[in-house]
Amino acid sequence: MATKASRTAARLMISPAVILLFAWMIVPLVLTLYFSFLRYNLLTPSGNPFVGFENYYWFLTDPSFTAAAVNTLLLVGGVLLITVIGGILFALLLDRPMFGQGIIRIMVIAPFFVMPTVSALVWKNMFMNPVNGIFGRIATGLGFEPIDFFGNMPLGAITIIVAWQWLPFATLILLTALQSLDQEQLEASEMDGANWLNRFWYIMLPHLARAITVVILIQTIFLLSVFAEILVTTNGGPGTASTTLTYLVYVASLLQYDVGMGSAGGVVAVVLANIVAIFLMRMIGKNLDA
Amino acid sequence: MGKITLKNVKKAFGDVSVIPDINLQIENGEFVVFVGPSGCGKSTLLRLIAGLEDVTSGLIEIDGKDATHLPPAKRGLAMVFQSYALYPHMSVRKNIAFPLKMAGMSEAEQTSRVERAAKVLNLTNYLDRRPGQLSGGQRQRVAIGRAIVREPAAFLFDEPLSNLDAALRVGMRQEITELHQTLKTTMIYVTHDQVEAMTMADKIVVLNAGNIEQVGSPLELYRSPVNLFVAGFIGSPKMNFVEGTEAAKHGGATIGIRPEHIDIVEGGPWTGTVGLSEHLGSDTFLKVQVDGIGTLNVRASGEVGRHHGDRVSLAPQADKFHRFNKDGRSMK
Repeated sequence: MATKASRTAARLMISPAVILLFAWMIVPLVLTLYFSFLRYNLLTPSGNPFVGFENYYWFLTDPSFTAAAVNTLLLVGGVLLITVIGGILFALLLDRPMFGQGIIRIMVIAPFFVMPTVSALVWKNMFMNPVNGIFGRIATGLGFEPIDFFGNMPLGAITIIVAWQWLPFATLILLTALQSLDQEQLEASEMDGANWLNRFWYIMLPHLARAITVVILIQTIFLLSVFAEILVTTNGGPGTASTTLTYLVYVASLLQYDVGMGSAGGVVAVVLANIVAIFLMRMIGKNLDA
Repeated sequence: MGKITLKNVKKAFGDVSVIPDINLQIENGEFVVFVGPSGCGKSTLLRLIAGLEDVTSGLIEIDGKDATHLPPAKRGLAMVFQSYALYPHMSVRKNIAFPLKMAGMSEAEQTSRVERAAKVLNLTNYLDRRPGQLSGGQRQRVAIGRAIVREPAAFLFDEPLSNLDAALRVGMRQEITELHQTLKTTMIYVTHDQVEAMTMADKIVVLNAGNIEQVGSPLELYRSPVNLFVAGFIGSPKMNFVEGTEAAKHGGATIGIRPEHIDIVEGGPWTGTVGLSEHLGSDTFLKVQVDGIGTLNVRASGEVGRHHGDRVSLAPQADKFHRFNKDGRSMK
């Protein structure tokens, strides 16, 4: 089938799609790079002179940058931890035969379909509000001081909200992986004298390793760009307590109208994301082959 | 070590009774084969003995001790599964050592036992490979290795050869038989293949629809099957059954005659036309449409020059008839 002529024809026919996709990726990237080297502030329309790495310098030396980088890592790490551990527990639970299994599974997946803005607002006003929220009411009812989630632990509160949204995804992937485990392996290990904990540790967890890798990789990509949840709950505050890199770029370009600084921040974020990605691939990517 | 007794064992899944009532005694060191068609309950029976299924009622004794409600690990039995159920992420060494590790044995003891088992099974060169890098026969041996290191009271085999190709199956069959002769441990072996049952067993248990039809040595079952089911199941090619007036002439509601007990002669009592002829060299299998009786399988040794459409005359060996009454029970 793969004659020389057919291969040329295949390349020719696939090229429009490839060129379009490539342009779609490269044009915004190049434009962002270009803007990041200009002094380009919408509030001071005095031409856009080329300023070299000045934007980068100011962006990287801004104290809120360090805070944002740490916050981003904490947010991504925290959500990954909660969703992977929680996802495994939920998957183990849902794997058991029980009454109303179908409905329960659908309900578990439901949070994934709620828009981030909506779920963040629901959490903010109905759960975590110290006066009107359920948690506040419960605490008051039991005689405790209600926790002001967004005042005292803003990043923690956002981590909880985002984890709630991504838990169904992790559960779903891990549940399918768990269901593909050969039952005879479990029976064999039972005959071999392994108790439940041993079966989980030596048989189930290694079987889930690949699915866990997939969950971590996919979620990291999406979690690095978490934005709506921050905007509708804390606006990055108090101070910079819940500002992430994504949010910092937003602040620079849309609150300070500094296109140049925003672009520089965007490029920095892209570079950092790639470093994280390479690191992740190195660390756990080897689970994906073989 | 290794005596297993089943007393009035019953098993039902919901309303469906899979094993109505079974009594069976397995002696120490015996090689027992459970054989029967698919869905006859033989695998379920094995899983009941292993403890992977709970009995609905009845008693299972291992070495005289009640093991009915013991968990699988406490029964001192080892099982080889149809799919081998090797742990894919562990090396062969770790697979074989797994039951020892679970038993909390010391590293040194684990190593020496694994090495010994590997030597017996010719796996020494493969100890550091993963199961995925092994051939079917090697995986089979790893599964057996995992069973023998524990030095169990009895081995349970659940159709272990059904995933192997024909040539390998014959080889593994002999290896398992030799293993039994070396270890002299009780083995219970489940198969639907009566050739495996005949070649390997000390004692065959023929099962049908959850009931034991007959228990006996391979040749006992071959010589004197108690009913039509056992007669039809044991022996290959299948025994011929003849009903009606021809059967009445020999004194039974149904008579059975094995293909190898019909001779091709001149002027025999039955004549017919050859339908299908299979020439294997060592044997010749003929399907003969006999006038007034029906189709009979005939097995002749050596090369017989009869082909499709030929007229042949057949003579059954008179002393080899099996007679069955109306209910299908043997009349001997």
